[in-house]
Amino acid sequence: MDELRRRAKELLEASSVKVVIGYENGTDGKTRALFIENPADAGKLVFDSRCIMNLAAYITKHEVKSKGKMAIAATLPVMRAIVQLASEFQVNDNNLLVLGITPESKMIEFKDLTEVETFVHQYQIEIDSRNKEMLDRIEKMTPSERWDFWIQELTPCFKCYACRAACPMCYCHRCTVEFNQPQWIPVPSSELGNLEWHIMRAIHLAGRCVDCDACYNACPLAIPLNLLTKRMLLDAREHFGGYQPSLKAEHLMSTYKPDDKENFIM
Amino acid sequence: MADFEPKIVAFVCNWCTYAGADLTGTSRIKYASNVRIVRFPCTGRIDYMLLMKSFDEGADGIIVSGCHPNDCHYTSGNFHARRRWIMVRSLCDFIGIDIRRIKFSWVSAAEGAKWADIVNTTVSEIRELGPYNDYKKVAKRPLKEVSHG
Repeated sequence: MDELRRRAKELLEASSVKVVIGYENGTDGKTRALFIENPADAGKLVFDSRCIMNLAAYITKHEVKSKGKMAIAATLPVMRAIVQLASEFQVNDNNLLVLGITPESKMIEFKDLTEVETFVHQYQIEIDSRNKEMLDRIEKMTPSERWDFWIQELTPCFKCYACRAACPMCYCHRCTVEFNQPQWIPVPSSELGNLEWHIMRAIHLAGRCVDCDACYNACPLAIPLNLLTKRMLLDAREHFGGYQPSLKAEHLMSTYKPDDKENFIM
Repeated sequence: MADFEPKIVAFVCNWCTYAGADLTGTSRIKYASNVRIVRFPCTGRIDYMLLMKSFDEGADGIIVSGCHPNDCHYTSGNFHARRRWIMVRSLCDFIGIDIRRIKFSWVSAAEGAKWADIVNTTVSEIRELGPYNDYKKVAKRPLKEVSHG
């Protein structure tokens, strides 16, 4: 943490970056995003196990990007998101410097995003045992039980879109859910509108979701919506040769292989 | 469920399946009239949201069909579509949408008989499954009551 503060201060003093994105103490014992432009504020930076929000959600925002070069304190999921965003041409070496924090809480300053990518590839995305258990439980249900389960889970959703705001991959200026000609997704938080919104969200994240759980952590109702993206992650891995997001040269849905296998097309 | 006539929506590509369905007609092959064909430029254009919307609007089954692999008019639209179908189908399954009601197929412009066969099998299978009341309930559409026997 001291190293992070020191380095943030140095970078801002030397003006090599204009803004450092990190965490600071918030209210109620939680941490929140911090944007430092003044080197004197570097002391506010904190880093510990409470820092679960994905800061990569900010690096595509105009308000932050327009300040100039950014530096970001990035844990492993954040680094994955950064690599994925870089592969989608949302960030590059000219506007982002990554101060990586390893799972062992050591700080590494990366020269460029290629280095971040190499680092990230040492770790496969693992789904933790609690979620794995949930996935197994749902898969063992009959289709109509699954339907009832999801309708029940999704019905309380009041479409605050916190999941979308927290997600680093949801950076579209205009989201499909806001289109009204045609109105793809019903606006009211009805059963149908909620179901379609969550299906849409999951599909748009297929092959891009880095499984950081920011959506789930942001959800005020703790709807297990991250299970949908987790399932897509496992599917992509199974069907497309161990596919994993945040590989620079590969995208799941915008590429294809002539020998992709399926068993349901007549 | 003899008195239930399923409503089927078919999303087909202009270059193969639509022409194939045309051939079915010009060859005077009779097939179930339950299907409403919607023509698209390419299977790559068939958005999964269209499938959701069809169920919303009261469809009981869906057919999605296009050119065989390597036959796409635009070279790769069907390859992209296939990837999408694999992911969408498995997400639908995970959510509990009845994936027996969504049929995917490759039908070329020369396969008029295959088209008739696909429509007929789909219609008879969906007739067995009955109206898709689960989705209709959620979409607040009038339910179809089917008398058994």
